[in-house]
Amino acid sequence: MNAIQIIVFGPLLAAIVAGLGNRMLGSVAAKTITTAGLFLSCVLSWPIFLGFLGGSAEASVTPVLHWVQSGSLTFDWALRVDALTAVMLVVITSVSALVHLYSWGYMDEDPDQPRFFAYLSLFTFAMLMLVTADNLVQMFFGWEGVGLASYLLIGFWFRKPSACAAAIKAFVVNRVGDLGFMLGIFGTYLVFQTTSIPEILAAAPGMAGSTIGFLGYRLDTMTVLCILLFIGAMGKSAQLGLHTWLPDAMEGPTPVSALIHAATMVTAGVFMVCRLSPMFETSPTALALVTFIGAATCFFAATVGTCQWDIKRVIAYSTCSQLGYMFFAAGVGAYGAAMFHLFTHAFFKALLFLGAGSVIHAMHHEQDMRFYGDLRKRIPLTFWAMMAGTLAITGVGILDVFGFAGFYSKDAILEAAYARGTELSQFAFVLGCIAALMTSFYSWRLMFLTFWGKPRWAGSEHIQHAMHDAHVHDDHDHGHGHGHEVDGTAGYHPHESPLSMLVPLAILSLGAVFAGFVFHDGFINSEQFWNGAIAYNEHLIHAMHAVPLWVKLSATVVMLTGFGIAYAAYIRDTTIPSRFVATFPQLHGFAFNKWYFDELYNFLFVRPAFWLGRQFWQRGDVGFIDRFGPNGAAWVVAQGSSYAKKVQSGYLYSYALVMLLGLVAAVSWALAAG
Amino acid sequence: MIMDGFPILSLMLAVPLLAAVGCLFAEAKTARALALGATLVNFALGVLLWASYDIGGAQWQFVEKLPLFAGFSWALGIDGIALMLIMLSVFLMPICIGASWTSIEKRVGEYMAAFLLMETLMIGVFAAQDLYLFYIFFEAGLIPMYLIIGIWGGADRIYASYKFFLYTLLGSVLMLVAMLWMVNAAGTTDIPTLMGYDFPPHAQTWLWLAFFASFAVKMPMWPVHTWLPDAHVQAPTAGSVILAGVLLKMGGYGFIRFSLPMFPEASAQFAGLVFALSMLAVVLTSLIALVQHDMKKLIAYSSVAHMAIVTIGLFAFNVQGLEGSMIVMLSHGLVSGALFLCVGVIYDRLHTREIDRYGGLSINMPNYALFFMLFTMASVGLPGTSGFVGEFLSLAGIYQVSSGVTAVCATGIILGAAYMLYLYRRVAFGEQKNADAAAMPDISLREWLMLGPIAVAVLWMGVYPESFMAPMRKDIAALDARVARARPEGDAKLAMGKPAAGGHEHAVHEAHGGEAH
Repeated sequence: MNAIQIIVFGPLLAAIVAGLGNRMLGSVAAKTITTAGLFLSCVLSWPIFLGFLGGSAEASVTPVLHWVQSGSLTFDWALRVDALTAVMLVVITSVSALVHLYSWGYMDEDPDQPRFFAYLSLFTFAMLMLVTADNLVQMFFGWEGVGLASYLLIGFWFRKPSACAAAIKAFVVNRVGDLGFMLGIFGTYLVFQTTSIPEILAAAPGMAGSTIGFLGYRLDTMTVLCILLFIGAMGKSAQLGLHTWLPDAMEGPTPVSALIHAATMVTAGVFMVCRLSPMFETSPTALALVTFIGAATCFFAATVGTCQWDIKRVIAYSTCSQLGYMFFAAGVGAYGAAMFHLFTHAFFKALLFLGAGSVIHAMHHEQDMRFYGDLRKRIPLTFWAMMAGTLAITGVGILDVFGFAGFYSKDAILEAAYARGTELSQFAFVLGCIAALMTSFYSWRLMFLTFWGKPRWAGSEHIQHAMHDAHVHDDHDHGHGHGHEVDGTAGYHPHESPLSMLVPLAILSLGAVFAGFVFHDGFINSEQFWNGAIAYNEHLIHAMHAVPLWVKLSATVVMLTGFGIAYAAYIRDTTIPSRFVATFPQLHGFAFNKWYFDELYNFLFVRPAFWLGRQFWQRGDVGFIDRFGPNGAAWVVAQGSSYAKKVQSGYLYSYALVMLLGLVAAVSWALAAG
Repeated sequence: MIMDGFPILSLMLAVPLLAAVGCLFAEAKTARALALGATLVNFALGVLLWASYDIGGAQWQFVEKLPLFAGFSWALGIDGIALMLIMLSVFLMPICIGASWTSIEKRVGEYMAAFLLMETLMIGVFAAQDLYLFYIFFEAGLIPMYLIIGIWGGADRIYASYKFFLYTLLGSVLMLVAMLWMVNAAGTTDIPTLMGYDFPPHAQTWLWLAFFASFAVKMPMWPVHTWLPDAHVQAPTAGSVILAGVLLKMGGYGFIRFSLPMFPEASAQFAGLVFALSMLAVVLTSLIALVQHDMKKLIAYSSVAHMAIVTIGLFAFNVQGLEGSMIVMLSHGLVSGALFLCVGVIYDRLHTREIDRYGGLSINMPNYALFFMLFTMASVGLPGTSGFVGEFLSLAGIYQVSSGVTAVCATGIILGAAYMLYLYRRVAFGEQKNADAAAMPDISLREWLMLGPIAVAVLWMGVYPESFMAPMRKDIAALDARVARARPEGDAKLAMGKPAAGGHEHAVHEAHGGEAH
């Protein structure tokens, strides 16, 4: 039993105990067991990571159990630890442990807490299995396992129809990606005769120039395989086209959004591309696709994020956009930068989500920013945590002095895109800069709407409910102004969150402030840290350092511009947003309605599927097969028997005649055949 | 082998048969106890059989042969494939008796007798080594099922049982004719001998088609599947469990025991037909499952889609495809059986299969919801459950033959998730909108004992399938070697472009052999 086994299987054990123990154990025991399990995993993970950072640790594989052995297709349960895994280990276990702790406070009033904590721990287990996979199939196990946990947690409040719908959508859309992943595994096995990741990566360069048949075409082998696998990554990481589930996933409790839909699960796609980076390096076409999709997603999601009202949806689209950055970083070959952004993003995005959760908690489950305002002084600790997150995501910092986490990682990505020098990477650079501007804008917009201005709480139904509950008798003025923007506090007093929620915010704030500064060199510049765990492109690193000064400053410039616009529109003159909407209604509608993806997919896939199902059933099975098959046969039999009835006259001589004829026929057949 | 010469297979046939006779003359209470006892004894014998099965030993074990008349003999014996299917049968049988414990109130003795007779016949099908003996077991299995649906079934049971009988009998007649011809040509009724006999290719075509008519109906394959939804809907819970769990497996077993080894060339010739029907089945029946209002019908349609994965795997002509198909069969036997039990649990409480009559069961039946979730996930093939291992291997096998067929059939994983989760949502999630459904109690101890063992088996097969694959390995390898000569050229094969840069890819290149350049 070594550390990695405890790290991975501890959460599973905790999940089983808490989940099956459920009512017998009670909430406190279940919460204690799962949280303790996660903190243990976390404590054991950091030394592993620091070991790799210091260059003292070696990659290792711990076998667990045989899984499947079918001809030459074999794969086992095993836990692989190398630098890449180590990064993911600390990200997953740290954020998960903090989210467990946070949930003590956030879910305090929920009657189903054991189930919630069991799901959280189950998720963590699946995610750890994903990142420790030594073969593609175990990665797929973790992949689908986190999908299950995500489904269960999005649908945690299963009485809400919207939560159920979002849960199914998340699972099914992810399955579209998984179809690609699965085909990718099959193809990889066909080509390499193995599913072991190290063996595949070792043999991949030798496959350059070979072709493979796919759907009747002959295509470049590595391009086909990489694109198929990347489709899987697109699903899990909510990239353009398969992103539609992520915003809806916000139906889940906020700690879930922080853990799964910001810090860990959605980054699995990035992890996969980095893990298989030597494979992707063999296919420029696939890398171009990764770059394009990443850049397009980062731009698309940022546009949508600028005009959402739901605080969680803003952060969700922000996540989607940041994942786009990671992908195009990988696409241009800067895997270290992609992983670095994954690492810093995990801290500041978890912080933003948990901070948003704290705001929602304070505002009695109101999520609409139109009903916030002036919370800065009411919940100051949450405010400062959110501020740290915002400074990190917008990338505030001064070159060569100090910056918040995103300053280092996002700038590295933009520099890499510029330094790569291809047309597509320039395109990614431009889109990345525009998206950075919008990131700054929507992040500050969120801050200004929530924490500045006048209180607008009175219009919120949730607040009204809270007040109604508090003053049952004092019910005048209710029923007015529902859904309208009404100024005033309505007598409501937002309350700061309990300690169990503030401690995770404080720790994550430290991460958001210092993670970039401290780990920058290790992730970006050190080949020794990665030690072959990802493809390392030395030329690109040098080129990144040699980019012109204006490129290095451009991220800061767009950040300040975004801040300026947000300041102008939401502090200086708050009529600007409505005037903008009035001037460009189509543009706003297009972004506000998420580029109409949901409507399009509903029209193209969902409704036709149900329509076709009914047609195949009623017209095909019932109307055709049954009608002309068994029912037709029955009709023939019924008709035939009505004729036969006439023959059954009951007269002896007619029977005798038939018998005689039969006998003659039988004898003559026997003679003829014999 | 510990049990040299001991006729354990005959004993396993005799125990339920004797108990069946006993049940006919017993009153309800005794009949239940007798049936449960007999099936448990048979399960214990099955475990003993598995324990004493020599993995990697002789191909045919526990062989018994008693010549009767005219070349027809009482010949029994099993290989690993038959062993696993017998295990599936004897495992599900006590659970079926448990499922009928309170829900069957009329003619209990006869009902139990029918089930026990069915067990004898099922084991007989998998153990028979004589062609005629196989045929008798295979066809006789219809009769108790026909009675179970026709007597203890739902409102429309007569139509359903008649449809079931008509469909399955139709194919059987052709199979019998083919068998007569084969015995005449090969001069033996011994199945192991026939499995190595090379029929002339032109004759194989006709023989294959005759067998196909029977097995395709049993599977069932599109478009001869329409008996299945009706039969399931009308059958009592335990009838559905056995129908989905074991009877459907007879089609797959038939392909693996007869069509493939006896007619390899014809199998290769008709592989395209099988693929086409299977692809249609996956897509069409999955879409149909999406719009069902009746729980049992939905699961029945999903069975057709899953069985299509079996057929494509079988006709992939490689080890992964064959092993995958076997695991899909075993897994589907457990999972669909369990899903029908889950339907039965709530049907017993509310007496309706209408999905909309339920809702919010997670609230008042949390344990039930947990089991239902597990089996739902196994049905959609979540890794870690039995469903994944089989589906994955089958599809991996077929990918080596055709990436297109794989891509179409793999859409089943999307559609499967859609219809199963949609079902689960309507039954277990949402508000408790029906007061009577909200008042239903959680599962009882008896129901725990039915669902618990299946849950364990499903997870076991998902995490460590080696236990189930090891006994079949050499038989699959033998079959793979037998059909090797007819193996199709895959469309996805690798072709090296530039001259190889090193020795390594040359080795990979060679390993594939015969790719198209």
